[in-house]
Amino acid sequence: MRDNSKFVGYLFEVAWILPSVAIPIVLFVSVVITAFAVGIRVPTDVGRVDPQALAQTAPFDNPGIREMAPGVYEATVIAQVFMFTPNSIEVPLGSKVTFTLTSRDVVHGFKIEGTDVNGMVVPGQITKVTATFRRPGEYLIVCHEYCGGGHQAMFGKVIVK
Amino acid sequence: MVAESADRFSTEKRLAAINIIIAFAALAVGGLMGVFQVLNYNNIDLYPAVKPVLPGGYYQGLTLHGVLNVLVFTTFYIIGFLTFIFAKSLDKPLVSPAMGWATLGVMATGLLLAAVPLLLNQATVMFTFYPPLKASSLYYIGLTLVVAGTWLLLLNMVLTRNAWLKANPGKKTPLAAFMAITTMAMWTIATIGIASEMIFLLIPWSLGLVAGTDVILARTLFWFTGHPIVYFWLLPAYISWYTLVPNHAGGKLFSEPMARVSFILFLILSVPIGIHHQVADPGISEAWKLVHATFTFVVFFPSLLTFFNVVASLEYSGRKRGGKGWLTWIFSLPWGKPEFTTQVVAMLLFAFGGIGGLVNASYNLNLVVHNTSWVSGHFHLTVGTAVALSFMGITYWLVPYLTGRHLWSRKMALTQAWLWFVGMGIFSHFMHELGLRGMPRRTMIGGAPYVLDNWKLLLPFTMIGGLLMFASAALYYFNIIMTISAGKKGYNEPVPFAKALSGPEDTPAILDRFTPWLAVAAVLILTNYGPTLFNLVTNARLNIPGLSPW
Repeated sequence: MRDNSKFVGYLFEVAWILPSVAIPIVLFVSVVITAFAVGIRVPTDVGRVDPQALAQTAPFDNPGIREMAPGVYEATVIAQVFMFTPNSIEVPLGSKVTFTLTSRDVVHGFKIEGTDVNGMVVPGQITKVTATFRRPGEYLIVCHEYCGGGHQAMFGKVIVK
Repeated sequence: MVAESADRFSTEKRLAAINIIIAFAALAVGGLMGVFQVLNYNNIDLYPAVKPVLPGGYYQGLTLHGVLNVLVFTTFYIIGFLTFIFAKSLDKPLVSPAMGWATLGVMATGLLLAAVPLLLNQATVMFTFYPPLKASSLYYIGLTLVVAGTWLLLLNMVLTRNAWLKANPGKKTPLAAFMAITTMAMWTIATIGIASEMIFLLIPWSLGLVAGTDVILARTLFWFTGHPIVYFWLLPAYISWYTLVPNHAGGKLFSEPMARVSFILFLILSVPIGIHHQVADPGISEAWKLVHATFTFVVFFPSLLTFFNVVASLEYSGRKRGGKGWLTWIFSLPWGKPEFTTQVVAMLLFAFGGIGGLVNASYNLNLVVHNTSWVSGHFHLTVGTAVALSFMGITYWLVPYLTGRHLWSRKMALTQAWLWFVGMGIFSHFMHELGLRGMPRRTMIGGAPYVLDNWKLLLPFTMIGGLLMFASAALYYFNIIMTISAGKKGYNEPVPFAKALSGPEDTPAILDRFTPWLAVAAVLILTNYGPTLFNLVTNARLNIPGLSPW
């Protein structure tokens, strides 16, 4: 009787432990597939820039949007307290836009609502994030990192026509 | 009997009492700031009314909310509770009471130093103090002292356990004492990150000894500590859930060996996963971000072990009390006992916190939620409920134990627990949802020009939740103050340690040792952090001057 109840106990433990191992494995596989097969990537190490020399350093000497190929754009944006330069970016519907970002002063955030774009904007570092805009309208860009007393006023927009 | 133990453990009891009083004093102010924030979310601005004491307004209040709640409340409570529970579990006072007082002395000095710039609006940089936001050097020095004080407790515990092992050859360290040391060992390793950030980067920079700082290096050192700190908060609650709650429930712990395995896994795995907080950071390769995300999934395993073990203990208790059926045994648990109910409802909300945590850790999925109010919703379930509500639940027996007075009102305590559960459930649900709709965290939403219509619909619910929690906290403080001042005398219960169904006799010796596991922890830290830190340190450029723009 006692042995039997012990055996049932082991069954319960195994029934719990197998999913406990399986769930993390499934999550890992999902992450790898979505990152490297579907292409939803995170910001990575793409180099440094001297925040005191932005005016002399390409592409930050000329912030704004540039068409690199039909439907492919590169947007250079500088963050500083409490604004983005430029703070409004207009692209045609279906454009693929790579944002190249840095900060002039403290750490800022760059999140475009309704997209996968979410990156930290750090003085001394370059952040690259990419989005394809498949529906028309205005997309809100918010600074989502506390950057000082005017943080709540730091935003911008992407206009897709 | 209590009189005798009161003498032997008088130092530990006094240390616990003082630490817990400091902790709850901090939580009172920090919690009040939380109410100010949800009101601001709904365009009710109370900050002008308190301008003389809070010149920095919203962000100074938010900094106080974070620093007081997750740094001061947690750390002081944990040090007090672990000092006490360690000594009682071992049935041996700390070998050095002087070192025990020094722990408190160093921590309290640090707190006072940090409090000055915090209150003067010279450290409005949040509890994460990300450079190059630049606070007064006193803030960094004070926080460093608070951390350094905690290291003394580990030293004291190790010396005490060694003396105990000598006097009790061949015996295994009692479970709660083992878990207390494991927690402090994990924490001490983890704080190498924040201590290095403070000593090598932030303190010299804020004193003007160096002109600038390296932001990514500082952030990486911060998160070396910043992730394991969540286990430093959580493990003391786990200690209570494993070693005390089964007794509150009227039963036993299901398995002591399994509990030890889970704590050893936390010791090994808590630290080498911190970069999953930096998924959105530049300057760190995506490969290492993926490695840390993967190891974070692994650390989910000991949490699931804890879930199984604690729920199995509760089921055993429910059935022992006459409960039947697959799930209906739940109704046979002692829901009228405040110290039980408070901690079990904390566990219920924690389950959702754990699931949300998996989303946060999931590498690219993190991009959906990073730095949105989802994250605030998440940690209000974890540190704000699993930890804070459990810590309140513990005081429902610990305050009577320390004062010899019965809890003033059990009904009020039960109401408090369920109010917190409902209030936090509402608040946190809508914070998660607002985050999915893109609302940023740590932002004075009441003053933001860009609030979207689909946020406006949900913001009132954060206020409802917040006010319910405020009511819950008011009941808590009233009840505890009444207990201390007017509770019925004659509380005479021992510390309610639970026995185990499968206890020390089933525990292999390796589960009572530290050296092999510390070696594994060191190897994992070196492999997971070594290359990134080596790269960041050798390429460090202290050229970012910093700013105090508040």
